[in-house]
Amino acid sequence: MVKTLGNYFDNLRGTRIWRSVFRSGSGSSTLHRALAIQQNVFLHLFSTKVRRRMLGFSATWYLGTLTFGTFLILVITGILLMLYYHPSVPQAYADMKDLQFVVSSGLFLRNLHRWAAHAMVFLVFAHLFKVFYRGAYRPPREFNWVIGVILLLITLLLSYTGYLLPWDQLAFWAITVGSNIASAVPVLGNKIHFLMLGGNLVNANALLRFYVLHCMILPLTAILFIAVHFWRIRKDGGLYAHQSEPATLRAEAAPAKKAQ
Amino acid sequence: MPEEKQVKPIEADQFDRRTLFTKLGLGSLSIAAAGTVAFAYQFLSPNVLFEPSPIVNAGKPESYALGSVTLDVNSGIYLIHAKEGFLALSAVCTHLGCLTAWKPELGIIACPCHGSKFFVQAEGDHKPGGKIEGPAPKPLPWLRTWLSDDGDLMVDRSTTVSPMQFVRV
Repeated sequence: MVKTLGNYFDNLRGTRIWRSVFRSGSGSSTLHRALAIQQNVFLHLFSTKVRRRMLGFSATWYLGTLTFGTFLILVITGILLMLYYHPSVPQAYADMKDLQFVVSSGLFLRNLHRWAAHAMVFLVFAHLFKVFYRGAYRPPREFNWVIGVILLLITLLLSYTGYLLPWDQLAFWAITVGSNIASAVPVLGNKIHFLMLGGNLVNANALLRFYVLHCMILPLTAILFIAVHFWRIRKDGGLYAHQSEPATLRAEAAPAKKAQ
Repeated sequence: MPEEKQVKPIEADQFDRRTLFTKLGLGSLSIAAAGTVAFAYQFLSPNVLFEPSPIVNAGKPESYALGSVTLDVNSGIYLIHAKEGFLALSAVCTHLGCLTAWKPELGIIACPCHGSKFFVQAEGDHKPGGKIEGPAPKPLPWLRTWLSDDGDLMVDRSTTVSPMQFVRV
């Protein structure tokens, strides 16, 4: 018998080391497949079973997954960019230029970070529209919609805080204008403006605050809400399918009642 | 049984030990939470700012020709030598904080960000700094201006004065 690559993989899955890591072990029964999801710390957020149709392109256009993909790209490229960037007034702009012209692959990583950021904002909105027009925001998924709106706000705040970091004219005036919009809040406006910038002007404190928000506080908050968002898909009855809607089920049940 | 204690029925308004400790616990937690908010607010407000001084020395009045409008980009002020005397206007747009620009060909101040326009000369009802048009909600403020003992024009960017208070030299 000729051993295929699949056989070798099955043998590997049977070894003690593999089984100590992935407890579900070899085998392709429904139970094994379900356990492979349920016993994985990352995958256990998701449903162990999904309707095959829901994995097709037309059901979701993969918009949520694509958004998460851009987020992962942003985290990885962002961490790499942090290795060459100092959030200080004398260095920030020069570091950005060094990334473009001096650091190997720096231009590629910076552009990837920028384009992925634009793509993420676009995909978040596309995801929102798709969910809205399919009616997937309705009960029992209404809370997951709220979490989605929070994630939209975090995405926009990440874009806004990242905008200042190149420390060029565009960044400076965009943040000047943006922070002045915050001053328009009744009563507390000027306080919010002062706390946001760490001063009265867009200066060293503002650059450092936006850097900490952009690289630590907002990404960690995003990861927290993304985890809840994914987990709620399973808790709210899996990916939204038109047929699983209460109204559709009632409508299907209604003619049967009449026939009695 | 005889050993068994008679359990008193708990009344609704009874204040027992458990309630006391619950209230003590919640009370101290709320005090700690309020303290955390106050602490966070104080921590996030810098006590020392490394920002440029609001008082600017604009130099000798003679260096400004009559009818001239001079923008100092670094301090964000206009020094204007009008026929009534000297005045200093804030160059920071009252809309969203952009730096405005003097347009000598039009004789007005204009903001490049959202198109607000302001008067420079006093004509009829118009005062220098007054709004011509645009999203700006307020005129450009007049800044406190005086002559130092050395005869230099001084401007305090942090203090606004009501319009038409010219410095006569």
